[in-house]
Amino acid sequence: MIAHSIFFYTFSIIAIVSAIMVTASKNTVHSVFFLILDFISISCLFIMIGAEFLGMIMLIVYVGAVAVLFLFVVMMLNVAQQKNQWFSSEASSKHIPVGLIISTLIFVELIIVVGGWKYKPDLFDINNSLELAKVSNTHSLGQVLYTDYIHVFQISGMILLVAMIGAIVLTFRKRVGVKIQSYIKQISRERSDGVSVLKVESNKGVKIDD
Amino acid sequence: MEYLGILFDQVYKILFLLVPVLVSVAMVVWLDRRVWAFVQKRQGPNVVGPFGLLQTIADALKYIFKEIIIPSSSNKVIFILAPIVTMTLALIAWAVIPFSATQVLADINVGVLYLFAVSSLGVYGIIMGGWASNSKYPFLGAIRSAAQMVSYEVSIGVIIINVLLCVGSLNLNDIVLAQQNLWFVIPLFPMFVIFFISALAETNRPPFDLPEAEAELVAGYQTEYSGMMYAMFWLGEYANILLMCAMGAILFLGGWLSPLEIYPFTLVPGPVWLVLKILLLFLLFALVKAIVPRYRYDQLMKLGWKVFLPLSLIWVVLTASYLFYFNLLPVN
Repeated sequence: MIAHSIFFYTFSIIAIVSAIMVTASKNTVHSVFFLILDFISISCLFIMIGAEFLGMIMLIVYVGAVAVLFLFVVMMLNVAQQKNQWFSSEASSKHIPVGLIISTLIFVELIIVVGGWKYKPDLFDINNSLELAKVSNTHSLGQVLYTDYIHVFQISGMILLVAMIGAIVLTFRKRVGVKIQSYIKQISRERSDGVSVLKVESNKGVKIDD
Repeated sequence: MEYLGILFDQVYKILFLLVPVLVSVAMVVWLDRRVWAFVQKRQGPNVVGPFGLLQTIADALKYIFKEIIIPSSSNKVIFILAPIVTMTLALIAWAVIPFSATQVLADINVGVLYLFAVSSLGVYGIIMGGWASNSKYPFLGAIRSAAQMVSYEVSIGVIIINVLLCVGSLNLNDIVLAQQNLWFVIPLFPMFVIFFISALAETNRPPFDLPEAEAELVAGYQTEYSGMMYAMFWLGEYANILLMCAMGAILFLGGWLSPLEIYPFTLVPGPVWLVLKILLLFLLFALVKAIVPRYRYDQLMKLGWKVFLPLSLIWVVLTASYLFYFNLLPVN
């Protein structure tokens, strides 16, 4: 158990410190790297409590894809200057109440969840935990997700699809005058489309573009 | 004392895995250059050691004794971290590769997901190196590479789903054992081809080596690196290539299983078969490098998103419906 708690405290300290550093560091790119460190240590914590599927999915989705896009945006847009403007100008006072309200909401939700877990433990009991203990994590997740919660699962997928299409529609602009390669056009081009053999009389030349 | 014993045992096992991996990375670099040379009717490295086998070790020694130059305008911490991240990620993935039914460092439930996660983290070494160099060409190379790796991971993920549908488990040893009667390369042959090409793109190998296209970007994200740090990028890249070959061998070529379960073949131990399969795939990687010219960037993106992704998705539907209608779905 000692080794277990050593690992637990190491990962949780790294997670907390890097979460603080996300907001505290001046360089925006450093913030994103600290966010990635935070994701990784949290997925390590997931693996430690036996939720290995969740931990790996966390690594693949958040660290492997979402954080890469974060880094892209931060590196390309030069957010560092804008961030400093926000904090120095009077506009920052507008953001503080919004942030406060959101963080209070999250805090209250956490208190409700932890309180419910403490005082009404039977609500959080998985009713067939003994049955599930035999199969692996991934199997049990799949059995619940694709049977009881299939509609919720499908709806969340549809919402993500709509969001994606919306983002594409909003940013799409058709550019005029761009040559686009078309394989079918290239392959189906015949010799007669490009070349024609003419008999040219001497001293007359050929008329092009008649 | 008990913990110390466990620790020493594990360290011994890890060294027993990593030292051969590093040595084979060195050998594989030599093989790559040799094959490349033979395709072009040259000799290739043949001076240091027998057949030039020690060429890579000589190169590595040279890199060790060279000065490491850190550009003054670079972000030093991230600049130094980038090659370390690349090398570490290339090596930790070997923990779950099964060399036989029992010879595996960590026989975890979600082995495939672990491999996939580690290979998707590989992009960070490149982005960090490109950004921290604070120079145009490395940054352009890093952006190209990140976009390329993220797009090709999607099709690799869908291909892995195909294999998992036939196996019913995420454990790598289960995947190997499910191929005892028939290697997945036969029923899923189109997926094997797409996996191979995606692996080329994922590891930034030619013909998809646009992040380091020397005609456009000098050396891409490696431009500002020198000495040992450059060597670590270089070795990490080859370790990643070997890893993708191992992944292909396990997912499609039956891992450590022998090709025929008859007398002379069964004498050969499992690890030898796995190494032979990895070498076969690597030979294909090396030949492709020598034969195929480089892709244009928009063609690369088109291939990933408009050809491979729809094809592999259709194949998932086909596999799933075939397994469903013939009642072959693995249920346990």
